[in-house]
Amino acid sequence: MANEAGVSQINPSVTDAQTGAQRARTSGEVIAQFKGQTLYYQDRPVVRDLNFSIHAGERVALVGHSGAGKSTVLRALRQQMQSECAWCPQDAGLVPMLSVYHNIYMGALHRHGVFYNLANLVRPWREPWQQVRKLSVELGLEHLLSQAVEQLSGGQQQRTAVARAVFQRQPIFLGDEPVSALDAFQAQQVLEFICKRHDSLVLSLHDTGQALRFCDRIIGLVEGKVVLDTPALDINQSDLQALYQ
Amino acid sequence: MSISSAHEFHYRTALGPLSRTAALLTLVGVMALLLADIEIISPEPGLELTRMGLGLLSPRIPDQYVFVEALLNTLSFAFQAMALATLIGFLLSLVYRLAVVRAFCAFIRGIHELFWALIFLQVMGLSTLTGVLALAIPYAGILAKIFGELFEEVSPQPRNNLLVADHISAFFYTTLPLAWRSLCAYCSYRFECMVRSSVILGFVGLPTLGFYLESALREGRYQEGAALLYVLLLLIATLRFWLRRALLPVYLLAAFLLLPPVVEVSWDGAWRFFTVDIVPAPLRNNSQAQLWSWLTLLWQQQLQPGVINTLILGMAALLVTAMFALLCFPLNSPHFVRGWSRRFGDAFLIIGRTLPEYLLAFVGLIVLGPSMLPALLALALHNGTIVAHLVGRFSESLSLRQDAVRGVNLYFYEVLPRMFRQFLALLLYRWEVIMRESAILGMLGFATLGFYIDSAFEEFRFDRAALLIICSALLNMLADALARYWRRRLHLNTTPETL
Repeated sequence: MANEAGVSQINPSVTDAQTGAQRARTSGEVIAQFKGQTLYYQDRPVVRDLNFSIHAGERVALVGHSGAGKSTVLRALRQQMQSECAWCPQDAGLVPMLSVYHNIYMGALHRHGVFYNLANLVRPWREPWQQVRKLSVELGLEHLLSQAVEQLSGGQQQRTAVARAVFQRQPIFLGDEPVSALDAFQAQQVLEFICKRHDSLVLSLHDTGQALRFCDRIIGLVEGKVVLDTPALDINQSDLQALYQ
Repeated sequence: MSISSAHEFHYRTALGPLSRTAALLTLVGVMALLLADIEIISPEPGLELTRMGLGLLSPRIPDQYVFVEALLNTLSFAFQAMALATLIGFLLSLVYRLAVVRAFCAFIRGIHELFWALIFLQVMGLSTLTGVLALAIPYAGILAKIFGELFEEVSPQPRNNLLVADHISAFFYTTLPLAWRSLCAYCSYRFECMVRSSVILGFVGLPTLGFYLESALREGRYQEGAALLYVLLLLIATLRFWLRRALLPVYLLAAFLLLPPVVEVSWDGAWRFFTVDIVPAPLRNNSQAQLWSWLTLLWQQQLQPGVINTLILGMAALLVTAMFALLCFPLNSPHFVRGWSRRFGDAFLIIGRTLPEYLLAFVGLIVLGPSMLPALLALALHNGTIVAHLVGRFSESLSLRQDAVRGVNLYFYEVLPRMFRQFLALLLYRWEVIMRESAILGMLGFATLGFYIDSAFEEFRFDRAALLIICSALLNMLADALARYWRRRLHLNTTPETL
């Protein structure tokens, strides 16, 4: 099972750097659990006989071919902890005609009343604007805040989607290929950004290097079956590559 | 008929259900044509037509002041009604999921704006509010439907990504922005229809272009009629140049200043109209026993012939519309005409589209005399050009192979089969409109429902008028539901089109 010490070994600064994330739970508590479940996608069984739990404080990477069932597992995780996870799906689901600011602000809709939200749509409030600006500086989006999302490149849109998820300020981050459209350098920056703000995370990643670097537990999926579930320290990149053969 | 049967033969195996539908509609249409009274009654149609033609060549404006005033009135009615309709339609669309709201919207849009005008004329006379409400109410029903459907069709993804948020915030952050562009495009198209409807209100006496157009045509002042017609065409053709979002508040304010929607309603009279006058006479006089005979008489003498004639005209017009559209869509298709000839072809189609059925039928009546023929031609010309214009435009997206055949072969072997699904979808959309208009054209004297409704109003038998109007609304709702069912069954495009 999870190597809790691993968190601080890999990234010692992480656990005390959260800003905003609610951190009510004690480390190690089970936050999601599968007991022999079969998961369906559009009425088709995609992942069979799923058995694992995720504990608070874990950083889990889901790896495997596309079509192996990673997205399905993430969706099921989201269902289990709906109101506590920041959700960053593969299909970003941004609102193309709204600005980057408004798309990021959408992560905060649940924190405010209707009138506050509607007024913000007409003219941004100072406070959320500054908060969003702060996030966007780290993601290199600060000069784009008032631009419509549809005018952005794929990579910029993906960073907007990450910012929106982070702005939900939840303790657990669920990301489905959150950096797939970014170059290696940006991907690393964005993953650091995500890690800094969440004590637990589950990411599906196709880059095994990123998985080993940012996560402390690797779950490998092949054709809907978990074939690997191990601490990141116990495995190296070439072992992981075997999953893709 | 040759076009459609050739087509059916060619595609029987590949598009079974579509061809069957087309064959059925053709059959019904032919039967309706046989039953319809279509003949030229006017003794010398050529003479009147020549005079009109000469009028078109030498338009003349007799009184500029009246002219400009009619133009401004037309626009004022349209702007005020559009603003009101958009507001009400938007509010209704927010609860469009509720079956009762959907039924309510179908009912209010099932009653034609001219019928609404006749109702409000009784209560508020020839006032601004009469015109504004008559236009706004059915349009609100239409817009509510379109908005509601657009909201249902936006991608659910952005909304699903939100953490639990209240419905209103979620709506304004995801659904509304996602639908906004289609919404605006549809509104600007609807505004064009609104201008046409506003013109037509003149035929019942409101001071729009239609009022002067009607009297000019009726009295044979064709030069004046032509000038008014050109103004209408110019107005609609230039719409996209002057209908700018930034200017809308200015236009709206001007519209309110020019025709303030204030009215001196005698509230007693209004109350009496809606609570006493429209109640069936036997009930009003507490002689319930006679209600049955009252209903039977109404059914035998007015409702039955009205409904049958409306159906006959509607189905016959659908067939002629289809033929006309199939014949004309190459005029706007790059596979058949190019460059300037396509521009001229499309201009013809756009002019046909711009002229309201009601006006065309009125002109036809003068030339051909009082049979169903003018109504049939008017419906076919207006709706056929709309369908032809759109089918032609959609055919742009066809990429044919380099060595494709040409001419008639190209039409029947390559283009028509590929466009047929689209064509049928558009036609079924227009069918609802054709049925609505078939009823209303009765007000010009054709024996459809509109004729009986108009006569009931003239005789101040409002109870009859009310019942007949309700029946015409039900008929329209039926056509609407049937067309939707059909489109769904044939897997035709069910998203709202800007027609």
